[in-house]
Amino acid sequence: MDFELSEDQKLIRNSVRDFAEREIRPLAAELDEKQQFSEDLTRKMGEMGLFGMYLPEQYGGQGLDTLSYIIAVEEIARIDSSQAATLAAHNSLGIGPLYYYGTEEQKMKYLPQLCTGEKLWAFGLTEPDAGSDSRGTKTKAILKDGEWTISGSKIFITNGASKMSLGSTVQTVTAIDEKGRKEFTTIIVENGTEGYKGVPMHNKMMWRASDTAELYFDDCKVPEANLLGKVGDGSKIMLSTLDNGRLSIAAMGLGLAQGAFELALKYSQERKQFGKTIYSFQNTGFKLADMATKIELARNLLYKACWLKDNKKPFAKEAAMSKLYCSEIAKEVADDAVQIHGGYGLMKDYEIERFYRDQRLLQIGEGTSEIQRLVIARYIVE
Amino acid sequence: MKILVCISNVPDTTAKISFVEDNKVYNKNNVQFIISPYEELALTRALELKEAASGTITVLTVGLQDAEPTMRKALAMGADDAIRVNTEAKDAMFVAKQIAEVAKNKNYDIIFTGKESIDYNGSQVGEMVAELLDIPSITSVSGIDVEGTTGKIQREIDGGYEQIECEFPFVGSGQKGIAPEPRIPAMRGIMMARKKPLNIVEPVEFTDLTQVITHTLPEAKSACTMIEPDNVGELVRLLHEEAKAI
Repeated sequence: MDFELSEDQKLIRNSVRDFAEREIRPLAAELDEKQQFSEDLTRKMGEMGLFGMYLPEQYGGQGLDTLSYIIAVEEIARIDSSQAATLAAHNSLGIGPLYYYGTEEQKMKYLPQLCTGEKLWAFGLTEPDAGSDSRGTKTKAILKDGEWTISGSKIFITNGASKMSLGSTVQTVTAIDEKGRKEFTTIIVENGTEGYKGVPMHNKMMWRASDTAELYFDDCKVPEANLLGKVGDGSKIMLSTLDNGRLSIAAMGLGLAQGAFELALKYSQERKQFGKTIYSFQNTGFKLADMATKIELARNLLYKACWLKDNKKPFAKEAAMSKLYCSEIAKEVADDAVQIHGGYGLMKDYEIERFYRDQRLLQIGEGTSEIQRLVIARYIVE
Repeated sequence: MKILVCISNVPDTTAKISFVEDNKVYNKNNVQFIISPYEELALTRALELKEAASGTITVLTVGLQDAEPTMRKALAMGADDAIRVNTEAKDAMFVAKQIAEVAKNKNYDIIFTGKESIDYNGSQVGEMVAELLDIPSITSVSGIDVEGTTGKIQREIDGGYEQIECEFPFVGSGQKGIAPEPRIPAMRGIMMARKKPLNIVEPVEFTDLTQVITHTLPEAKSACTMIEPDNVGELVRLLHEEAKAI
């Protein structure tokens, strides 16, 4: 077994870390407080080449492996979850389905501009009544005279409402058979299409500087050629996209835990009580030891899942395990990190307060922890 | 415009310092190495000068194979090619001899070094290279522009700046200010760096002029005793009885 990262992967980690420390850290608290999505930071992440990292160069990508991409998400999340959310959602959920299921024409039309950081793409799956049960989708599409007419709505859609959003991939119901079974189909909808709009959602507890939207389709008409994949393959396309997405949500959990741990470790070496640093109390040392151990386990599990994917081996079970474990330990580590900070950890002046809020999405978004356990349970009896 | 940037492979500024082999050799175990910061800034400015005009940038390191990751980083930042002189860097004259040997027939317009490498702080290599090549040496360069074949250079001097001009070719040792921040390699640069040439040349023979006898670490700082502002008596007592200063 070789646990050594390649020289390129080490350089990617150091470069993304330097970028996040220099460009994101000074702004993160203010953007969070103002609930402000930053076009500027998004463009800068594009200039760094963080969008489309795993895409071949002909589509504007960098031709890197999954692990390199995951390291980049981890390093951004170590500093700020909102920017990591923009990055992870656009790469895995935005670019992913277009790249894996688009026709050559669709890929050439959209992917190059989605790799520069100028434009973002959204993933329209979740609906007000279709969360964990994605088959509860109500948004429907009817094909007539060479056009799809879409009506319905989506909710909690990352990168769906900012000026940078170029469009979305939308799961629709295109038929219901006599037994009530739905036929799901994915359709591409471009921003600016009549009857389509993305409305920003505010007052979030976490990821406050990322763009979260409700998408509305009001008899929205798009050409028949906007079909993504085949009619009836919609659910398969969306769920396989989520398999890949799990790796990047896991990377967000791992990065957040690492960032929270480092904040707590530093604070514990500076804060003095009873005449000595709180790190020198065994209780604090033990807590930090547990945090470090969880992070090490999480990283090994996630990197193994990436290794499986990069080596073209089945990875869905390990991806679900990584998403579950990394997001659960993100909660535990952030909680312990606040405890180590004591009263100061409850104040917005301290970064750990934001980490504590930001971790809470991770056990819910892109498949709750419960759904991950369901997926894992299915795989382990095969 | 042909620019040579000499970079050294040094321990990260936060690395723990220890020595082995009877305190003669720095202990590299578990130490992360970086491009020495002044050289990284000089390289950043060199890249900007090249992008504003045209030309090539070569980076050069005197070092063994373990220096290659930092050289790859320099290539990822945008240098066109790299040369490694395959020998352990010894004292300043040894390193300068190796650099001058590589540079002597290559017609570089500018040769950049850092004002010092941040490990041994010798602050001599740039000047020695200039002398060996018989070209001007400009130290402590904190800003540089190029017009035609002239370098317009700002040097930091005591209490202010000095503006000077110098015709190509010359050696400039960069310091803080030559570029505001080091360039961070983007993903595309990291991918391209793999395909760029990293040429290895063998060193020229040169007898060491100096030898390291030993290294010592500074004494650990002793703990600071804090005294309340109104407790002057205690301060006097400690100065008298413990510090024995009064």
